[in-house]
Amino acid sequence: MPEGILCNKQVVDTKEKLNALLADKSGKQYYAEMKALDIDSKALWATLEKTCKSRLRTWLEICAHCGMCADSCFFYLANDKDPKQVPSYKIQSTLGEMVKRKGEVDNDFMHMVMDTAWSKCSCCNRCATYCPFGIDMGVMFGYVRGLCFSQGFVPWELKIGSGMHRIYNAQMDITTEDWVDTCEWMAEEYEEDWPGLEIPVDKENADIIYTVNAREPKHYPEDLAEAAILFHLAGENWTVPSQGWEETSLAMFAGDWGACKIQVESVYAAMDRLKPKRMVVTECGHAYRATVLEGPYWAGLKSGKTPIESFHYVEWVAEALRTGKLKIDPAKRIKEPVTYQDSCNYVRNAGLGDCAREIMSYIAEDFREMRPCKEHNFCCGGGGGLNGIGLYRQARNIGLTVKRDQILATGAKLVVAPCHNCWDAIRDLEEVYKIGIRWSFLKPLLLSMVEVPEHLKPKDE
Amino acid sequence: MYELVTGPLAWLAFGIFFIGLLYRLVWYIRGLNWQMDRVTYSKNVAYGIRGALRSIFFWLVPFGTHGWRFYPGFTILVFVFHICLLATPVFLMGHNVLLLERFGFSLPTLTEGMADIMTLAVIVAAIFIILRRIALPEVRIITKPYDFLVLAIAVAPFLTGFLAYHQVGNYDFWIVVHVLCGEIMLVAIPFTKLSHFLLFFLSRAQLGMDFGIKRGGMKNKGMAW
Ligand code: HEM
Ligand code: HEM
Ligand code: SF4
Ligand code: SF4
Ligand code: SF4
Repeated sequence: MPEGILCNKQVVDTKEKLNALLADKSGKQYYAEMKALDIDSKALWATLEKTCKSRLRTWLEICAHCGMCADSCFFYLANDKDPKQVPSYKIQSTLGEMVKRKGEVDNDFMHMVMDTAWSKCSCCNRCATYCPFGIDMGVMFGYVRGLCFSQGFVPWELKIGSGMHRIYNAQMDITTEDWVDTCEWMAEEYEEDWPGLEIPVDKENADIIYTVNAREPKHYPEDLAEAAILFHLAGENWTVPSQGWEETSLAMFAGDWGACKIQVESVYAAMDRLKPKRMVVTECGHAYRATVLEGPYWAGLKSGKTPIESFHYVEWVAEALRTGKLKIDPAKRIKEPVTYQDSCNYVRNAGLGDCAREIMSYIAEDFREMRPCKEHNFCCGGGGGLNGIGLYRQARNIGLTVKRDQILATGAKLVVAPCHNCWDAIRDLEEVYKIGIRWSFLKPLLLSMVEVPEHLKPKDE
Repeated sequence: MYELVTGPLAWLAFGIFFIGLLYRLVWYIRGLNWQMDRVTYSKNVAYGIRGALRSIFFWLVPFGTHGWRFYPGFTILVFVFHICLLATPVFLMGHNVLLLERFGFSLPTLTEGMADIMTLAVIVAAIFIILRRIALPEVRIITKPYDFLVLAIAVAPFLTGFLAYHQVGNYDFWIVVHVLCGEIMLVAIPFTKLSHFLLFFLSRAQLGMDFGIKRGGMKNKGMAW
């Protein structure tokens, strides 16, 4: 059974394997090897028999082929209503065929499945809310990704990403020391402006354990500082764990369920170890989805809930504004038209749309909704890992046009995007289509308008 | 012949229909798995029930959801088709006469004119559903001969019942064909996508529980279908 050196059915669980993959620039050799990868049809069929049970089989079987899901999918709209982008077609031609053929599929077929599962579906789950039978392609393509992963058909970046989670318990190669150093560095860097500022690591029994997206310590450490300043201003008793601080899950995008479990268990272990009252997650959509919503199931927690109650950052901000822990200087509210990117992951799939509206009511004077919005928003275009996959850059850029047109229709030049993926997609959207917009997380906006209590002001002011 | 199709064959058809649906019900529920589906079906039950009921209810109301409102024409078509398809045979005079003869009870009945209108409505709606299937590229691509077959199975009792009732041609012939078509439809329900007769409710309940328990139902007022 030919298996590539880089592209194979094994998981990446050693630094050697990881480094070999990283050394293969843009996955050239990896994708070349994929062309020769054999399918283990027996294993594929065994998995289908074991895991493709009543819910998924029923979805495949009762689909009325009515096409009501067509216009719900932003990929369909962005690709000039290409019938091949109809959600029902996408799943019937992939998972449907696989089941029909009892796993007897070839390499070309698996390539087609991989392209469909990652470049034609961002797992935004919007179609599920438009299908009269509640058939959820987001869920099904998540499942298909798992099948692809088990056969070695997974985009290069995501194979690396899931390996990172297995090795570092983070989506990037950040060690515990790197992380703790970054926390200390940021606390020192900003202490002068904010006397008393700290980033407490591994403090037990805090009210809040704060967890992040690895990109923050790696690429935007200021984000961590901003979070610390806002907690400081709000008078929160908070901490970050030295281990188990990473919320994201490229493993979820990759369909590597083993790595998903390892990753979320590292966070739950931190909860058990430090016994905080609740967790607050940074401004990231899929991270919240992975660790708070899906994670308990991967980890086998029968309650379906994280060991302690968990909150997305927008929930904490809404609460802080509502209770007056954070006060906004009315003169500094956003005057210009501003719109909000509802993240599929924490709005449609976690019901937090109202928190976002509440926050905007405090910070913006001319808030403009996109249409559609809230639970029915369109995906930014970069979800489900698509932002990070070089192979599908073109498909991603086409998908961005739906969000571009939605933003343009609001007339706003500023987009609040409290989700790393959405934020990236909107940044890339501006880079590709140059429509003259700006985009921001909540933290810098809040910092620019929050009232600083007298006793927390720098002494020399 | 009439005795055969309305006697033993009718019993057989109803038997397969009920046992088939019961089997599908048990099979569906037993195949659910909280960890694989990632929904705690037996924990957070109140949220689950609320989510399930909301998910079914809004989709049973014409224009009750974003989806129905997005396609107003098709929504009217689907609701007319289904309401007439379900109500006509149950409240039909001819059927209730049989019920009374065989079982000694009957349900309220439709007037002759009403029954005719509803029967024709099913047939006309089906014609539009077929035209739509052929005309719209996004529907054509997912349409297979199977879809036309299933639609034909669903509509055949209406067409043949109508021909028999109005004595177009040979009544004795058409009534036998009609009863056979009705029986084919009953038997087809558990084994084809017509099983949505039951699975619509189960599938909607399942997704409703997913949204009601995991995807936000515990933190908001419920999914805005
Ligand atoms: C075992 C099954 C069935 C039996 C024994 C049966 C029997 C009959 C009889 C005796 C008539 C009346 C003809 C007359 O009054 O002269 C009739 C009419 C009719 N039946 Fe059935 N039927 C069956 C199943 C069905 C089913 C499953 C449907 C539809 C889903 C259906 C729809 C109709 C319609 C639409 C008419 C004619 C209504 C009209 O135009 O006024 N029947 N059937
Ligand atoms: C309570 C019972 C039922 C409910 C809630 C229900 C609901 C639905 C829904 C939501 C659809 C999708 C609509 C669409 O095409 O977009 C559908 C389609 C369909 N249903 Fe039903 N249904 C029920 C019973 C039946 C029965 C008893 C039959 C026939 C025997 C039937 C025949 C059909 C057919 C043929 C279609 C496909 C229409 C097409 O080709 O587009 N349904 N049903
Ligand atoms: S989940 Fe989203 S991207 Fe995927 S098919 Fe459905 S609407 Fe399209
Ligand atoms: S809306 Fe639902 S039933 Fe209709 S084609 Fe799409 S997936 Fe199938
Ligand atoms: S990146 Fe944002 S909008 Fe896009 S799928 Fe993820 S959460 Fe949704």
